[in-house]
Amino acid sequence: MEPDEDLGQIADGIYANGDENTQRHRPIISSEQLDIEAYAALYSGRTKITRLLFIAGRCGNASMQLEALRMAYDEIKKGENTQLFREVVQKIDGSLGTTYGPDPAWADSVDRRAELRKEKLENELNAYRTNLIKESIRMGYNDFGDFYYAHGQLGEAFKNYVRTRDYCTTAKHIIHMCLNAILVSIEMGQFTHVTSYVSKAEQSQDALDVVTVAKLRCAAGLAHLEAKKYKLAARKFLEVGPELGNNYTEVIAPQDVATYGGLCALASFDRAELKSKVIDNINFRNFLELVPEIRELIHDFYTSHYASCLEYLGNLKANLLLDIHLHDHVETLYDQIRNKALIQYTHPFVSVDLNMMANAFKTSVPGLEKELEALITDNQIQARIDSHNKILYARHADQRNATFQRVLQTGKEFDRDVRSMLLRANLLKHEYILRTSRKH
Amino acid sequence: MNLNMNSMESLVAQIQGLSSNASDIAQLHNFLKQSEELLHSDFTRLLSSLAELDPSIHSLGFLYILEACMSFPVAKEQVNELIVSVARFINSCAAEQIRVAPDKFISVCKRFKDQVILLEAPIRGVAPMLTAVRKLQSSSEQLTTLHADFLLLCILAKCYKTGISVLEDDIYETDQPRDFFLYCYYGGMVCIGQKQFRKALELLHNVVTAPMSTLNAIAVEAYKKYILVSLIHLGQFSTSFPKYTSSVAQRNLKTYSQPYLELSNSYGTGKISELETLVQTNKEKFETENNLGLVMQVVSSMYKRNIQRLTQTYLTLSLQDIANTVQLRGPKEAEMHVLQMIEDGEIFATINQKDGMVRFLEDPEQYKTCGMIEHIDSSIKRLMVLSKKLTSMDELMSCDPMYLGKVGRERQRFEFDDFDSVPQKFTI
Repeated sequence: MEPDEDLGQIADGIYANGDENTQRHRPIISSEQLDIEAYAALYSGRTKITRLLFIAGRCGNASMQLEALRMAYDEIKKGENTQLFREVVQKIDGSLGTTYGPDPAWADSVDRRAELRKEKLENELNAYRTNLIKESIRMGYNDFGDFYYAHGQLGEAFKNYVRTRDYCTTAKHIIHMCLNAILVSIEMGQFTHVTSYVSKAEQSQDALDVVTVAKLRCAAGLAHLEAKKYKLAARKFLEVGPELGNNYTEVIAPQDVATYGGLCALASFDRAELKSKVIDNINFRNFLELVPEIRELIHDFYTSHYASCLEYLGNLKANLLLDIHLHDHVETLYDQIRNKALIQYTHPFVSVDLNMMANAFKTSVPGLEKELEALITDNQIQARIDSHNKILYARHADQRNATFQRVLQTGKEFDRDVRSMLLRANLLKHEYILRTSRKH
Repeated sequence: MNLNMNSMESLVAQIQGLSSNASDIAQLHNFLKQSEELLHSDFTRLLSSLAELDPSIHSLGFLYILEACMSFPVAKEQVNELIVSVARFINSCAAEQIRVAPDKFISVCKRFKDQVILLEAPIRGVAPMLTAVRKLQSSSEQLTTLHADFLLLCILAKCYKTGISVLEDDIYETDQPRDFFLYCYYGGMVCIGQKQFRKALELLHNVVTAPMSTLNAIAVEAYKKYILVSLIHLGQFSTSFPKYTSSVAQRNLKTYSQPYLELSNSYGTGKISELETLVQTNKEKFETENNLGLVMQVVSSMYKRNIQRLTQTYLTLSLQDIANTVQLRGPKEAEMHVLQMIEDGEIFATINQKDGMVRFLEDPEQYKTCGMIEHIDSSIKRLMVLSKKLTSMDELMSCDPMYLGKVGRERQRFEFDDFDSVPQKFTI
């Protein structure tokens, strides 16, 4: 019996696979709670605050929440955003002692200074406008943009940054304008603006410097991620150059590039692409070194150590859910990665023993059956399950029979369509005759 | 009175004399039209004069007198006698004579149908009406006004098989839209009765997509049934209309059939419990619209659909598991369902009662038998005839002066130089 031999060989392979998994077991890091301090240190500017607030709102852990709020409070005090300050104070609600109370004196003085500054800026801008000096007007609007951004009025900031466009004289100015617009749009969550300003910046005649290119790639990647175009997002993140370094911390940390890019690539690339674009990509390897878990799980996935890969993913999940950009997509990405793993596992075999497969995926047989069922119904795996003997058999479509079926079906449809067409034509004809006869 | 008597007698004499050849018939027809008034004045004399005529020879005269007879209110005790004589007339009359006065014949048949329904014995009208339809038709492609009445009697008498025999002819020639709507609607119901859902779907589809300038009740009811039959037969329903559907139908039909659309939405989710609660909440509405039976069939078709889906994914599956996934009460019920489906040829499977396992097999049809080849051959021939018909129709239409006139007029409003494509309105 040939199938039996096949089965024997496969069993060997799978057992080897499974055994290795247990041997390779190594402590997995990052399953512990997120280190907020270290996390916050990766970012700067407004995104640091919003990320901290996001964590505070999501983590569901009182001490962690207060820690995040405390750091957000400190960070805001360095800036001028009184609106956000009041919100945070309300959230803290006195639970961090008097040092973290509503500081009306500070807030008022900031507000007063802001009023003055705004007046000054307005006067300056008016003066520039009467003199019609392009460069000064641009600067004026830009200052206004900076001012509004610092005070948290993102909509106004965006408007002013965009206004500078008419007064840009060099390619450099345009890039500057685009980067400002992108920054504000990301903060506002307006990712369609991000895409359009990224493409505008990329069209610039002058050769862009490497850091700017890296920044634009990151922004484009984020926009694609937000639009659920994971494959495109992965491509963008993989193209980010190592020059990015810590130059774009007001939006994204290099660690994030590795995480976002790695997960999107796993979920959307096939094996060959994964190998050539991720594993053999020297640039990206630098990023992966920053997040060893992601590096390991990508390698595990590629070398078919699915259990270990899924374990890494499981451990990372809690922290990824606290990421301001990734949280919405974690479930989808995880599902896609898991499905990909299942499909890849079954692909080379004629028949697969479900017990061994469940073992390799660290799940139960009935659970695995359900997952496989969904994939088969979706037509992602061409196979059928022998639920009695717990074996999955690959299914080979019979082209000839399928063709016959399709031909007969098409014939029937044609028959039906033509007949109803003739009928409708006659009815229309009748209606037309009726109308003309009524007219006369 | 005396004069009447005389002229009645002379009329009968005329009929007896002028029933032999075509020119005589034409003359008689004129004569009969002139004496219409006379015919409608005296009822008692009419019946006796009928006795003097032979329906198979003097069909036209008989028809006129019979029509006059039936225009009078008939006493209860006479109804029976009248029905018998009409049935006899329909069976024995000469087709070429009655086609001279089709409206008279139709009116007689319609009254006959009404009387039969009043008597609550629709089955008595089925056979005569079938004969009437056949005699009135000049070709099997023509739709007569009597088609709808005949199908209605079939439905009332539950003689679906007889109804199907008429529906098997392809109808192309039709002049009254109302007849066509009713024919398709009743035809759809007859096919549902015989569980020929494919044919039913086709007929109901014709009603829904027929060109219409105002919405009519027949189309609304047909749309409801169309949704249900589509769910039973295809397991899905697409709410978008084909683009040739009239705009009136596209705009309005959905608003009149909300519960049915909800039903189809819930069917799409594949959850039987959800579907059943929906049916319960709308039960009264379905019942008053006489669709409850079909709705129940929709529910049971969902079980089948779910079992069929399992055959795609599983090679073997225990009855218990089937019962669980399809939400049946137990393995026993699952076994009954599977058995029924195997019998109906809806799935290919074997049940192992010892282990309580079902083994799903592939479709054994290999498309190699002589029968299959013959079937394919005949299909090809039929389709060729059809497409020839389509071409000739197209040619006919493109030569039709009225059509060209209209097209030319409409075209000028838009573009002068583009005379090739057919305008939007006429794409069918």
